[in-house]
Amino acid sequence: MAANGKAKRLGMKQRYQMLTRHLDWETSYQPMDKVFPYDKFEGIKIKDWDGWEDPFRLTMDTYWKFQAEKERKLYAVIDSFAQNNGQLGLTDARYMNAAKLFLQGVTPLEYAAHRHFAHIGRHLRGGGARVAAQMQSIDELRHAQTQVHTLSHYNKYFDGFHDFHHMHDRVWYLSVPKSFFDDAVTAGPFEFVTSISFSFEYVLTNLLFVPFMSGAAYNGDLATVTFGFSAQSDESRHMTLGLEVVKFLLEQHEDNVPIVQGWLDKWFWRGYRLLGLVAMLQDYMLPKKVMSWKEAWEVYYEEQGSALFEDLSRYGLRPPLHQEDAIKEKDRISHEVWGTFYNYTHAAAFHTWDVDDEHMDWLSEKYPDTFDKYYRPRYMMWREMAEQGKRFYNNALPQLCNVCQIPMVFTEPDDPGVICFRRSEYNGDTYHTCSAGCKHIFDNEPEKYVQSWLPVHQIYQGNCGGASVEDVLKWYHMNLGVDNMDYHGSPEEKMWSEWMAGRHAEQVEYPPVKAAE
Amino acid sequence: MSIQIKGLSLEPRRQTYSHIARRFGEDRPATRYEEATYDVQAVTNFHYRPIYAPEYEIHDPSRTAINMADWYVFKDPRQFYYGTYNMSRASMNETIERHFKMVDERGLLDQIDADWMQKVRDYLIPMRHYEWGANMNNILICDYGYGTQLTSAAAFSAMDRLGMAQYISRVGLAIDGNTGESLEQGRTDWVEVPYWQPTRHAVEDSFVIQDWFETFIAQNLALDGVMHPLVFGEFDRASQPHNAMGITLITQFMTDWFKDNNRWVDAVVKAAAGESADNKKLLSGWFKTWRGRAEEAAAPVAGHVLGDQGGEALKTVLDQLDARAGQLGLEG
Amino acid sequence: MARNVSIVLQDTADALPIIEAIKSDNPDAEVQSMPSLVRIEAPGKLVIKRDSVSERIGRDWDVQEIQLSMVTLSGNIDEDDDQFVISWQ
Repeated sequence: MAANGKAKRLGMKQRYQMLTRHLDWETSYQPMDKVFPYDKFEGIKIKDWDGWEDPFRLTMDTYWKFQAEKERKLYAVIDSFAQNNGQLGLTDARYMNAAKLFLQGVTPLEYAAHRHFAHIGRHLRGGGARVAAQMQSIDELRHAQTQVHTLSHYNKYFDGFHDFHHMHDRVWYLSVPKSFFDDAVTAGPFEFVTSISFSFEYVLTNLLFVPFMSGAAYNGDLATVTFGFSAQSDESRHMTLGLEVVKFLLEQHEDNVPIVQGWLDKWFWRGYRLLGLVAMLQDYMLPKKVMSWKEAWEVYYEEQGSALFEDLSRYGLRPPLHQEDAIKEKDRISHEVWGTFYNYTHAAAFHTWDVDDEHMDWLSEKYPDTFDKYYRPRYMMWREMAEQGKRFYNNALPQLCNVCQIPMVFTEPDDPGVICFRRSEYNGDTYHTCSAGCKHIFDNEPEKYVQSWLPVHQIYQGNCGGASVEDVLKWYHMNLGVDNMDYHGSPEEKMWSEWMAGRHAEQVEYPPVKAAE
Repeated sequence: MSIQIKGLSLEPRRQTYSHIARRFGEDRPATRYEEATYDVQAVTNFHYRPIYAPEYEIHDPSRTAINMADWYVFKDPRQFYYGTYNMSRASMNETIERHFKMVDERGLLDQIDADWMQKVRDYLIPMRHYEWGANMNNILICDYGYGTQLTSAAAFSAMDRLGMAQYISRVGLAIDGNTGESLEQGRTDWVEVPYWQPTRHAVEDSFVIQDWFETFIAQNLALDGVMHPLVFGEFDRASQPHNAMGITLITQFMTDWFKDNNRWVDAVVKAAAGESADNKKLLSGWFKTWRGRAEEAAAPVAGHVLGDQGGEALKTVLDQLDARAGQLGLEG
Repeated sequence: MARNVSIVLQDTADALPIIEAIKSDNPDAEVQSMPSLVRIEAPGKLVIKRDSVSERIGRDWDVQEIQLSMVTLSGNIDEDDDQFVISWQ
């Protein structure tokens, strides 16, 4: 029947409804449970998938249009940055070590997220939820690929970027982010969306993004800043999905509440521990400082987080377990993690360095209760050793927490002078964790965590290239004396000094360009 | 008269990432496509096994019976990474938006013979569900597949299918004056009408295929290789005597897409088949099975739309598909 | 007392008319300048109106274009043809 006269005008909501609802159907030639085999085993009950609300009603035509425009703008900046050697505008080459940690540790997680949102995008029964997951899947691919592209220019000049993928699968400190995401993607679909979409992309996201992106802005890393802004509008869709998902689960059935609560408890703590690396970055690796970890934590978790949990309390959700421990540690974790990396810089694909007096005074000011008492003396001792030509490198291998896989360097929440040490028994073996939070996680799923590929254990078992530190570093594909060791004396430092000295001196003529007749 | 530009010379210490240089055998500049797709996926030392599928690692080449020495020989001829993919589709979208606008402003759909318009509804609107199924299958390939190259392209293809399901929905709205009634009817047809059932059956069976490479062959080569040329080719040609140019215009995206997507599909099949006799045998077997299903699915639809001419139209499409499969190295 | 909602936009030429529209339609809103960013906060609710922005840019603005300038937000979202609303229940 051809349309007669003027068709009625459709509002955005209605139009979206018609274009997207009921594209799916109840299968009859194959049972629905066979088509969707994974969305029931976690015990989550969904009464009605049509209750799913899409906050951003993006159809693919609009998605392509907006994302294409964002990409055009982003690549124009990346190209310009490369062409004009934008790295000369960095505050200091030591900033690059933050970017190295990002490419080695975070970019592979963006990629892992891409693949697993594809998994969710196939295996959740609700059509609306699948579409949202699929858009996030390619958004995450966007982030991984644009990061690889953005940082490609730095790779040409700076060390530690060159084999990020190989290192992510092997290097000891990179098992921290790798195991975090492996944990999420090996869980069921609802745990995955709670852990990543809600806990990581909503509750904790600013604690990841602000240090890296503001750190980039403050330190002249125009390329990363541009990437950051461009990615942020994708992130606002992801954040919205995270909040939407958790509300949907909590509203669908009261039986879901304790399950979601359990996941929140686990993933708050695992995400928080992962952010220990970022805390270090924020307080130690940015030549020009944005804010302290403690300040960021207070704004983005204590303030914003509490407003969020207040809002969610009407569903029966409470704030996560062990958040009090995290709050107690806010004066300490960045220093404890930096200390670890200072110890093991000979085995890392980025540099650390002597913390100078000006920096220590800033740390003193930001951490009045802990810095001068616990950490300044340590740094002064290390400085003295370095000045004597005995820069300290720790030649023993550390014990790793079985869950977060960070070396066991954290201290008791109530006593900064005592290493925090927990143990659990499982099938006749003893396992160690770094905190009540990690022990709680281990004890809930020991059969999972005993599978961990702990880098230190693997080295001792002879699975990492050989018996000497040098063998292992070569197996990691680290360029010795180049990627690793103190910044002072590194090839990168030399290069940077030459650039800064020769900035206005060395010039080259590009081939002449004929003007139009 | 010439312009000289003075700049700062900074010698790079390396041209590209090490894993890419290893593939090249030398350190030389890499393209954006190469950097975005080579080796990004994790390969080893996974920490835990999926609790929902503990027989596999997180990324596991054994999820398919296809064996590859290197999973990075599936170079996409279009060289799509996220940026170029979106720019391509945004551009294709601009074309079809113009077409929708023009068709609307000139009332081109009103000119179609009323009888033929019913056939258009019958054969076109239910295809939005076919596309939805194709979306599910391609996102599955991204989930279970191996290697960044192949899986990223599958994700792009999945989003294309969603886009096309939405474009077809818009065609329905253009036909029914935004009431949505054609979409409801199309859904009923998809679920109930006899001539659509073999297609729906094949689609649902494709949802439970265990080997994702078989899913690839079933969906992207066999089913699409029949349904798309039939619906957007043969049926569209048959529509022309009925003043249906308006429909051709507002389904433009699908025709452009098919050519574009096949460049990728063909490259994947050719690379996999060319790798080994075992692969060739597997792929050929899967193709034979699903080509058969596609034929069974398309026959009643072709009969409904074209009557006696349906068989001939279907044969044309099948012959083209068989020739194509042969060129890709598949054996009958 | 209603909790604050907020939106953070990039401080670019494209975002300026949006920022102006928000200020004009939300008298309780507070605007804060940050490096490269503009943060707008208001108690309980923020509304971005299509007409207000369209008027300022001289063409028909699509509410969904907010995506191009948006960095982050805090609150529940409701979007339709005419406006983008951020609020807490």
